[in-house]
Amino acid sequence: MSLVEQSHAAGGHVGKPLRRKEDPRLITGRATYVDDITLPGMLHAVVVRSPEAHARIVSIDTSAAEARDDVVAVFTGADMTDLASPLPCAWAPEGVEVKQVEHWPLARDAVKHVGDPVAVVVCEDRGAAFDAAEDVFVEYEPLPAVTDARAALADGSPLVHESLGTNQSHEWSLGGGDLEAGFAAADVIIERTVENHRISGAPIEPRGLVADYRAGHLTIHTSTQVPHFVRLFLGLMLGMSEERVRVIAPEVGGGFGAKLQMTGEEALFSWVSRKLQRPVKWIETRSEHMAVCHHGRAQTADIRMGATNDGRITAFHVKITQDLGAYLMLLTPTIPSLGAFVMNGVYDMPAVQTDIVGAYTNTCATDAIRGAGRPEATHMIEVCMDQLAAELGMDRLELRRKNFIPKENFPAETAVGIVYDSGDYAGALDKLLEHVDVAEVEASKAALREQGILRGIGFSTYTEICGLAPSRITGPAGFGLQAGLWESAIVRVTVTGAVTVYTGTSPHGQGHETTMAQVVADQLGVDPENVEIIHGDTGTGAMGLGTYGSRSTAVGTESISRAAEKVAKKVREIVAHTLEASAEDIVVQDGKFVVKGSPDKGMALAEVAGMAHVRPELLPEGMEPALEETSFYDPQNFVFPFGAHACIVDVEEETGKVRVVRHIAVDDCGPAINPMLIDGQVHGGIAHAIGQALYEQVAYDEDGQLVTGTFVDYALPTAAELPSFETDRTETPSPVNTLGVKGVGEAGTIAATPAVLNAVVDALRPVGVTYLQMPLFPERIWRAMNDAKGGAA
Amino acid sequence: MIPAAFDYTRPTSLEEALGALRDGGEDAKLLAGGHSLIPLMKLRLAAPALLVDLAAVPGLGGIQRENGHWKIGAMTRHVELQNSDELGLLQRVATLIADQQVRNRGTIGGSLAHGDSASDLPTALVAAEGSVTATGPDGTREIAAADLFQDYLTTALDPVEVLTEVRMPALDGYGWGYRKFTRRAEDWAMVGVVALVKQGADGSCEDARVAFTNMGSTPLRASATEAALRGGALDASSIAAAAEQAAEGTEPPADRNASADYKRHLARVLTKQALTEAAGL
Amino acid sequence: MGTTTKVDVDVTVNGQRRTVAVEPRTLLVHMLRDDLGLTGTHVGCDTGNCGACTVHLDGESCKSCTVLAVQAQDSEVVTIEGLGSEGDLHPLQEAFWAKHGLQCGYCTPGMIMAAADLLARNANPTEEEIRTGLEGNLCRCTGYHNIVAAVQEAASQGVSA
Repeated sequence: MSLVEQSHAAGGHVGKPLRRKEDPRLITGRATYVDDITLPGMLHAVVVRSPEAHARIVSIDTSAAEARDDVVAVFTGADMTDLASPLPCAWAPEGVEVKQVEHWPLARDAVKHVGDPVAVVVCEDRGAAFDAAEDVFVEYEPLPAVTDARAALADGSPLVHESLGTNQSHEWSLGGGDLEAGFAAADVIIERTVENHRISGAPIEPRGLVADYRAGHLTIHTSTQVPHFVRLFLGLMLGMSEERVRVIAPEVGGGFGAKLQMTGEEALFSWVSRKLQRPVKWIETRSEHMAVCHHGRAQTADIRMGATNDGRITAFHVKITQDLGAYLMLLTPTIPSLGAFVMNGVYDMPAVQTDIVGAYTNTCATDAIRGAGRPEATHMIEVCMDQLAAELGMDRLELRRKNFIPKENFPAETAVGIVYDSGDYAGALDKLLEHVDVAEVEASKAALREQGILRGIGFSTYTEICGLAPSRITGPAGFGLQAGLWESAIVRVTVTGAVTVYTGTSPHGQGHETTMAQVVADQLGVDPENVEIIHGDTGTGAMGLGTYGSRSTAVGTESISRAAEKVAKKVREIVAHTLEASAEDIVVQDGKFVVKGSPDKGMALAEVAGMAHVRPELLPEGMEPALEETSFYDPQNFVFPFGAHACIVDVEEETGKVRVVRHIAVDDCGPAINPMLIDGQVHGGIAHAIGQALYEQVAYDEDGQLVTGTFVDYALPTAAELPSFETDRTETPSPVNTLGVKGVGEAGTIAATPAVLNAVVDALRPVGVTYLQMPLFPERIWRAMNDAKGGAA
Repeated sequence: MIPAAFDYTRPTSLEEALGALRDGGEDAKLLAGGHSLIPLMKLRLAAPALLVDLAAVPGLGGIQRENGHWKIGAMTRHVELQNSDELGLLQRVATLIADQQVRNRGTIGGSLAHGDSASDLPTALVAAEGSVTATGPDGTREIAAADLFQDYLTTALDPVEVLTEVRMPALDGYGWGYRKFTRRAEDWAMVGVVALVKQGADGSCEDARVAFTNMGSTPLRASATEAALRGGALDASSIAAAAEQAAEGTEPPADRNASADYKRHLARVLTKQALTEAAGL
Repeated sequence: MGTTTKVDVDVTVNGQRRTVAVEPRTLLVHMLRDDLGLTGTHVGCDTGNCGACTVHLDGESCKSCTVLAVQAQDSEVVTIEGLGSEGDLHPLQEAFWAKHGLQCGYCTPGMIMAAADLLARNANPTEEEIRTGLEGNLCRCTGYHNIVAAVQEAASQGVSA
């Protein structure tokens, strides 16, 4: 029986579309985001940033700013030389040289990209801080800049960091199988360059913080996905013992990876607060966010895919150039490698290899943005599958089916040595096709063409690697992250039977206060309303590594479930002892711990809790009082959600403008704890992916000036650009954890871009366009149509 | 983002407003709905020392028909145009400006006085050959649309003048069409086209006017297209042929979304569509 | 250069008469948040695109980041806190909750206020009218799917204000 079926049979809550426990505060405007926090004596700060892409700092004159009323202090890099360590990059794989420079929160001698911080102005009032920032005068000596990663690797390129003597940070490869033999065995080899252009995470709440150092202790409220990471690194950077640092993530207005970071500002303002002995607030403006909050993607890949005439893939070789930006942030160089782990996608490929080169450019750093390496990989694989099908003259779905790893092969070890936990790829595709009549779409094309509309349909069948933990694989001895990515949880039952759960994950919109409560409620026989999930505060509970990489359910909730099971076991023993039954015979049924087969004979959690707290003498001999347990969970493997997406687009033949008509998604993330919330995650992911494919791009001009510095230029799709989405699920449990769950936060983003691009190419094939790169802006498509027709503009 | 500091006054008569403008000198700015000015001030691309708010000046509102013209008070908000179906073209143009929140605050006078060739209302005024009324220290004058827009964000209005009223021909007997090509619905036009046609009793084209948004430093008329249609037949093939000349002589500003070539192409495509709509074909 | 000397603004906020001393440059959103403690209205961009700051000014939606506080003189402002509260939710608040029309919640107050204006103008909008009507509000979490569903739900209950 699946988790959901078990829950249903026991009168539980898992599998139900419960409305969220988080929402009452959010829909009434009563939630507390970081900018809603005001502390007594709090100062306001504005960062002075470089307008130059690359320059030496000749001088900084802060006197005019300092002379202003309301200005408390102005600091530059020269003032901030007492940090114990620079900003961290957490990746140090054995045997791989990663060239990097020390990266400090305020630039010291030179600026390396537009927005690099050079000074900070601290005032009594926020408006005054903006005024004073304009009175900090910095003299720059401009240096040549490079903004294109491949240009940066070419001979004679300007160097981002002169001291390194090169713009190449590192090389890294992951492969398996005999690539040479694979290509030798191929009847057909396609070669394509695939672009995954630079995008922004762009949560609607920008970053922000209130740092409060007092009496030797630092408390920082920061809009982050990873409070425990931030605490660790703040301690290291400030030279403070970690127990004196408390990091609180208040209500967080979206993350999408943008807040998976140890940011320079978090260190900077903690330092300022210590220096001034006052609380300091800094709230990022949107313009700052676009310029300095890490970007994502920015990969260019040269790809070869070989196959036999009957459509068997024999070899797949991907050479990725990763644009790192100017600095290595927490995970910058690791992002393309995450994609390499699943570079064979859902296919049984005998030989696959990913070669990665990291390149510095005079741009904002790249790092994890929703999907982090896997959207790029999926895009490369799925775009090439369509290209290969066309080359072979084979149906796109037939080619996919022919190469799917069959259901019966799971757990399936891939050529690169990763073990996929479970999957039924054909099942997901079959389910997708229940919702899409491909023949009908094909039949509609001719009539639409008469009206100047080119209709296309595209597909994507995907898997991803998530549930970021297994420390034995990700850690120092494996992939090289200098952290164990496990989770812990504390489950506490109070004397009245109320349940408080502390998790080390740090949700920011996912709805874990609800889904985690549903799981615990089933295990302890209570209502989810009476299970409170406490998260995002290093001072109140469980150690953990935060919320990212679709890990909070597969790792965080599993950890909670394990702690809850420990509590439940103790409860069963107490009930058995009290009712003179055997603990093995005690089960949870309809909100009570009862003796199996005698539903009238049982105890509610509240009764047991009361006894455990107030009457410990009634407990079994030697049992400790109270009901509270902790778990630490480090899974043995990742989990691998999968699915199939279809996208139908209309392209205006005269203008090249694309409209998504339908997007249909079948995703499998194991048992659905709350199907309504899963659909919500998929919807948002698809929108993010359609945004990347059609609307969004972070762009620099050749001098390194950012030309997408606001929401006017960086075009997030609005409701008016998108259709309603069609979603469905299959449920294939994972054997990795006891719940059988996988992850879903990134699935839509990972799956959808190639479906969109393949749909547009499908639409354009009648006019001779056979291949395109994202972003699919109207002019690009118009030009491609013109080129295909051999005509001039 | 917070604007630089400024002084603020809220006059209760036109005379008072003119006095404040005069006293404020070149650093004084009029404030209507604020939806062109305040965004620039927040980014500190504009930093007037004095804002003269027209909100309490009487007589700057209302939409009235008079002698074949619509007389529209300068402080009339876009939403009021949006709610006035009888305005035809102007109603449609207003409805496609930005988003509802902006339309609820932005004013026709503010938009025209800002003189942005990427915004929608100037194009409609130029196509319709309307005018604005401005009052300054030396009295009141009427400025024809063709003379009003002089360059990027530059109008014929004197800094000490107040635009008080917009006169928009009612365009009786004209058919109209409007096309606005945007990346997202709420965005500024990559290219916008207003088309007006008047058909004679025999179905021929008595008058044709085509004006563009964002094809130059001011709203432009497509004179070659207009000339090609005037006096001739008005059918699909004449429209298609005339639209081919729509971009002649234009040097549209290239931006991230569209090169000059693509804008000229859009101008031709949208002109054909707008004319077809205007001709009721 | 202008002055930072404060001036009084007389304004009714969520039904209560207030006189607030603000600098002329103070934006309405900052007066609401900083001077009146109504932090349910959010700021998400610098350019009037995101709509997180949407409130009602004299019964119509506006972006309070693009309105000076002094422009609200003698006006009525309604914020999310004034629309409904726990135990007395506005039908749109109920519908956003029931239909999972929010995730991180940051855009939600502005989205609900914009939706209220939309339904006041058009009590029975089509899906397309809802989507176009919300073009001034950005959401990064939901893909808008459930926001549209929530507005449809509220409309079906006859909500028009």
